[in-house]
Amino acid sequence: MTLVRSILLRREAGIVVMIFAFCLAVGLYKPHFLTVQSLRIILLLVPLIMIGAMAQMLVLVARHVDLSIGSILGFSAMVVGLMYREFPDIYWLVGFPVAILTGAFLGLGNGLLVTIFRLPSIIVTLGTLSLYRGLTFIISDARQINRSVIPTELKAMSRTSPIFDIPWIILIAFGVALMTYVVARHTQLGRQIYALGSNPEAAPLRGIDVAKVTLVVFTLAGALSGLAGILYASRWGFVNPSNTGAGFEFQVIAAVVIGGVSINGGVGTVSGTVLGVLLLGCVSAALPLLGIPGSTQNAIYGAVILIALLIDRSVRQRGVTSLSRAAS
Amino acid sequence: MKREPSMLVEARGISKQFGGVEVLSDVDLDLHAGEIHALLGENGAGKSTFAKILAGVHRPTRGTLKLNGSKVDVTNPIAAQKLGIALIHQEPISFPDLSIAENIVMGRQGGGLLSRVPWAKIIADARQYLDMLGVSLDVTLPMRGLSIANQQMVEIARSLASDSKLIIMDEPTAPLTPREVDTLFNIARRLREEGRTIIFISHRLEEVRMLCDRVTIFRDGAHISTQKIDDISDEDIIKLMIGRTLKKFMRKHVAEIGDIAMEVSELSRPGAFEDVSFTLRRGEIIGLGGLVGAGRTDVARALFGVEPAISGHIRINGVDAMIHTPTDAIDLGLAFVPEDRAGHGIFATLSVEHNLTAAVPGKIAPSGFISRSLEREISRKAVDDLSIRLASLRQPIAELSGGNQQKAILARWLLTEPDILILDEPTRGIDIGVKAEFYDMIGDLAEQGRAILLISSELPELLSLCDRILVMSEGRITAEIPREEATQENIMQAAVPRKGVAA
Repeated sequence: MTLVRSILLRREAGIVVMIFAFCLAVGLYKPHFLTVQSLRIILLLVPLIMIGAMAQMLVLVARHVDLSIGSILGFSAMVVGLMYREFPDIYWLVGFPVAILTGAFLGLGNGLLVTIFRLPSIIVTLGTLSLYRGLTFIISDARQINRSVIPTELKAMSRTSPIFDIPWIILIAFGVALMTYVVARHTQLGRQIYALGSNPEAAPLRGIDVAKVTLVVFTLAGALSGLAGILYASRWGFVNPSNTGAGFEFQVIAAVVIGGVSINGGVGTVSGTVLGVLLLGCVSAALPLLGIPGSTQNAIYGAVILIALLIDRSVRQRGVTSLSRAAS
Repeated sequence: MKREPSMLVEARGISKQFGGVEVLSDVDLDLHAGEIHALLGENGAGKSTFAKILAGVHRPTRGTLKLNGSKVDVTNPIAAQKLGIALIHQEPISFPDLSIAENIVMGRQGGGLLSRVPWAKIIADARQYLDMLGVSLDVTLPMRGLSIANQQMVEIARSLASDSKLIIMDEPTAPLTPREVDTLFNIARRLREEGRTIIFISHRLEEVRMLCDRVTIFRDGAHISTQKIDDISDEDIIKLMIGRTLKKFMRKHVAEIGDIAMEVSELSRPGAFEDVSFTLRRGEIIGLGGLVGAGRTDVARALFGVEPAISGHIRINGVDAMIHTPTDAIDLGLAFVPEDRAGHGIFATLSVEHNLTAAVPGKIAPSGFISRSLEREISRKAVDDLSIRLASLRQPIAELSGGNQQKAILARWLLTEPDILILDEPTRGIDIGVKAEFYDMIGDLAEQGRAILLISSELPELLSLCDRILVMSEGRITAEIPREEATQENIMQAAVPRKGVAA
């Protein structure tokens, strides 16, 4: 009984219930929604957000925020796109280390600004959001990287599969989630990130090198955004200086917060974040299916996020009070 | 026990300055292995600073430390931990979102950032240390929500985990219930039997007698005396704790005492203060003395409606008063200058003039809109009256010195033309010159027929300013001493808790 209750009280349970309720409701109108085919559509919508969400989760747990990850995604994708355009003979897999290192470099920039100048990360990354986006325009002459430039093998990663007909990029996204889980839960770095976010004043008293951990967190977030950048090129087959990664940070923050990560630091799980991403994926997949015009999709998307947060809060509030009543 | 006790810590000439103020000067202290050593002194005597130097939180300006005969440099808390020194704060520092087990071992594991967290070992170790203390807690639960007593147990378990030879407990018993205190003492005695040394900082002489082997008394940042606890009486301890020389200031003239302005009877808020009764007359300055945590600020906050009392009566000018919010209090002619200036007193980023007129919106906006010229005029006069030193009325108040900020807060309240002023540690942290001005000002206010309740931890301040002094200890008024009879000794006698207080 207590085991059942403690499972039900977990954040993850509430999101699972919301996902099922939402899918069932949509399925009543459009039975087509409840098929393997649409599961595939949903899963293909989420890999980039999943990777971004892992990055953002680590940053939020450390009691920071990174608003620039969309711009880092865009810049890294553009660097890779330009590379493919200027050096058409280069081996296509080289794009991965290039994208990841580019992202890591920009993330390190955020981290340095936050640690050296002791600026709030929300301000720093608001600045680099514009800065990195602007640099994307400069290096690309504001021109798009076209489909013909992106290597076929890279584009194929979004369609072909090594196993169970699951495309590569979905596997990569879940692989990133698994790695994030291992880092968060089973490495000193992970525990130090949680400790830092839980009590920043106490962290140095317990031997945590706050600057180092902060730098690593932002660099990691940048590297993951860079990875998301090359996968963007794979998924959509182009890189556009103004569109690629624009608004990405907000989708990601929404997914992470729905997944139960506290913006006050110290709290958050990978499983919750994955579920938050999946819930958003379901909503994104369902809206066009329900015939909701593109012009209203953004508003509905936003409303769903708020509703999810409100439901979660009230459910857990009730759960906690009933639990404490039972205990007393 | 017969042979010469071995020395664990030898501190020589330890001094510490904060911003040019010497809070600790040339402290020598020896600690034996396997003793419980009490550290006593008034508020601000330097006990906690000394403890923090041992634990690496602060670095001494001068002086040397020897541990087991060899010189050590305690550069930071982790270095202290490695040397086997642990400091347990009154309200323990913890990571509320991490598990109890992690809190116990945090800072102990080495290894690089990507090295594995040995969960099974962490949990087993944490259980083992808590078992040693006889505490049963589920170590996988998060720290958040543990009682203070259990948080302290976790901290003690932490010190065992790093095999600390010196455990410093800074006022550990203040937030505990009597039963929890018993548990803590039994554990402390067990640790002593294992040969560990404990520094026990407390205000409660009775507890010190129950637990400690030797006692060291600090006063004004200096080491005064170290003795075996059985060789010294409570009275002597108290004498050694005070003995501060009276500063020269004396109140110029005593105002004429008028009608009763405020009558407080049987005011209680369980957990903070009990059964507080007194009367305050116009023109009178009543001092409220006692140690930090005695409940003085709680009484002030209750009188002003910040955290109202649960039971009891307040009569203002002979009429029963219901004070539930600060607005009620202001309407009744009360004003409250709080102790925590930065937290509760000023609007740091706003200009001096906005700060000054904040409590009297009606005065500067007769038509409903704020009149800038009126605001300026009123502020200018207030600044002149209290000679607040500033560059411009538009300056953010945070740029003023502490003393001038405090004057500005007082000026703000004077604009409400209060009959009753409650001043909570009004001169804390302000320099001596401004202090003297403040004393004159408080005297003048009384002369104008206002009633003043002055909370102060500085005995000379109470002795020189007040007509009567009430002393609080553990939430109760333990003495009421008229000006003529008041001495530092009898105030401290009443302030130091000695008899066990039934909870």
